Amino acid sequence: MKEWPLWEVFIRSSHGLAHKHVGSLRAADAEMAIGNARDVYTRRNEGVSIWVVRAADIAASSPGDKEPLFDPARSKVYRHPTFFELIDGVKHM
Amino acid sequence: MYAQMVDTGVQRVLDAAELEGDERRFQDRIDAGIRVEPEDWMPESYRRTLVRQISQHAHSEVVGMLPEGNWITRAPSLLRKATLLAKVQDEGGHGLYLYAAAETLGVSRDDLIDALHAGKAKYSSIFNYPTLTWADIGAIGWLVDGAAIINQIPLCRCSYGPYGRAMVRVCKEESFHQRQGYDIMTRLAQGSEAQRRMAQDALNRWWWPAVMMFGPPDGESVHSAQSAAWRIKLHSNDDLRQRFIDQTVPQAELIGLTIPDADLRWNEERGHYDIGPIDWEEFYSVVRGDGPCNRERLAARKSAWDRGAWVRDAAAAHAAKHAGEQK
Ligand SMILES: [Fe+2]
Ligand SMILES: [Fe+2]
Repeated sequence: MKEWPLWEVFIRSSHGLAHKHVGSLRAADAEMAIGNARDVYTRRNEGVSIWVVRAADIAASSPGDKEPLFDPARSKVYRHPTFFELIDGVKHM
Repeated sequence: MYAQMVDTGVQRVLDAAELEGDERRFQDRIDAGIRVEPEDWMPESYRRTLVRQISQHAHSEVVGMLPEGNWITRAPSLLRKATLLAKVQDEGGHGLYLYAAAETLGVSRDDLIDALHAGKAKYSSIFNYPTLTWADIGAIGWLVDGAAIINQIPLCRCSYGPYGRAMVRVCKEESFHQRQGYDIMTRLAQGSEAQRRMAQDALNRWWWPAVMMFGPPDGESVHSAQSAAWRIKLHSNDDLRQRFIDQTVPQAELIGLTIPDADLRWNEERGHYDIGPIDWEEFYSVVRGDGPCNRERLAARKSAWDRGAWVRDAAAAHAAKHAGEQK
């Protein structure tokens, strides 16, 4: 019989942060994937919500595109608040 | 360690000047401390070596559940039983993290497991020793998990991203393993004369196998040198072993147990303990498959796999039948 598909697991911690990728596992279907994720990745109160996604359904950027994708942001320093020097005496900004 | 004497397939380590093109760029990035991720270009030998190392590590976690599993039903109290069960479950999870890390290198978990069952893939020598008494559970947590921590902490910084991240998760759980083991030993050492003897006997049997876990001195090993250049081995076997000995000897003294080594001495000049000679013949014979439990361990793994086949098939058939249904 064929191997169970691979799933990627995302957990949201109780602190209100976004779901975060924590690892992968194999499971026959989504229900089993959530059950296994609960058994392996939330053993010590790591989370309050689980997402599982079939690894095959994830589209990813390719490392070869790193420069065209991410380099343009480098020169745009004005996107950061620290680019703008505050004049003396300004408060709450 | 959990991965011992990993073959890199190389004959000689090339220095930077001899590398060209992709290989050169790859080594430069490693030297600059940039992590390698699954989609990145990597030399075939690096990929194959990592598959070997990570899968051997994964197999060790899973086979390592057997000697401790042996005592779950006979733990001396409900708390000890629940603790041991949790510890052994953690090890199953470690196996999972590591198989998943290996799978990012383009191999499938089933193939890795087949290689283990066919005797083509190794697991750590340490799990081929028997757990004869309850004190062995203490000795394993204290010594074996203690040794594993020393080996695994540096691996969190290794060059391959998924392996490093798996190690971070593993390390978070290991310290519980070591402390519960030391707690068992402490209680036994403070108990009745029979309990103290049981603790000492376990230490006597597990000490040298634990010391050997780090593997033979690297010496001129081309594989060790290559793995170091690739940053998938960050310290020499002897350095890690020394760290283990230096940290463990005082822990034994504190609970009144004696390390079974007549030559053990604090060396003021080196600032380290000196130890007596290690019986590497024993190590090699265990690695070759002739340790006390090699056959039993592999047979137990194979039988669990074969007897679980119908469950895997049934779950897959159920999933196929209900695929596309709205939940
Ligand atoms: Fe482990
Ligand atoms: Fe452990």
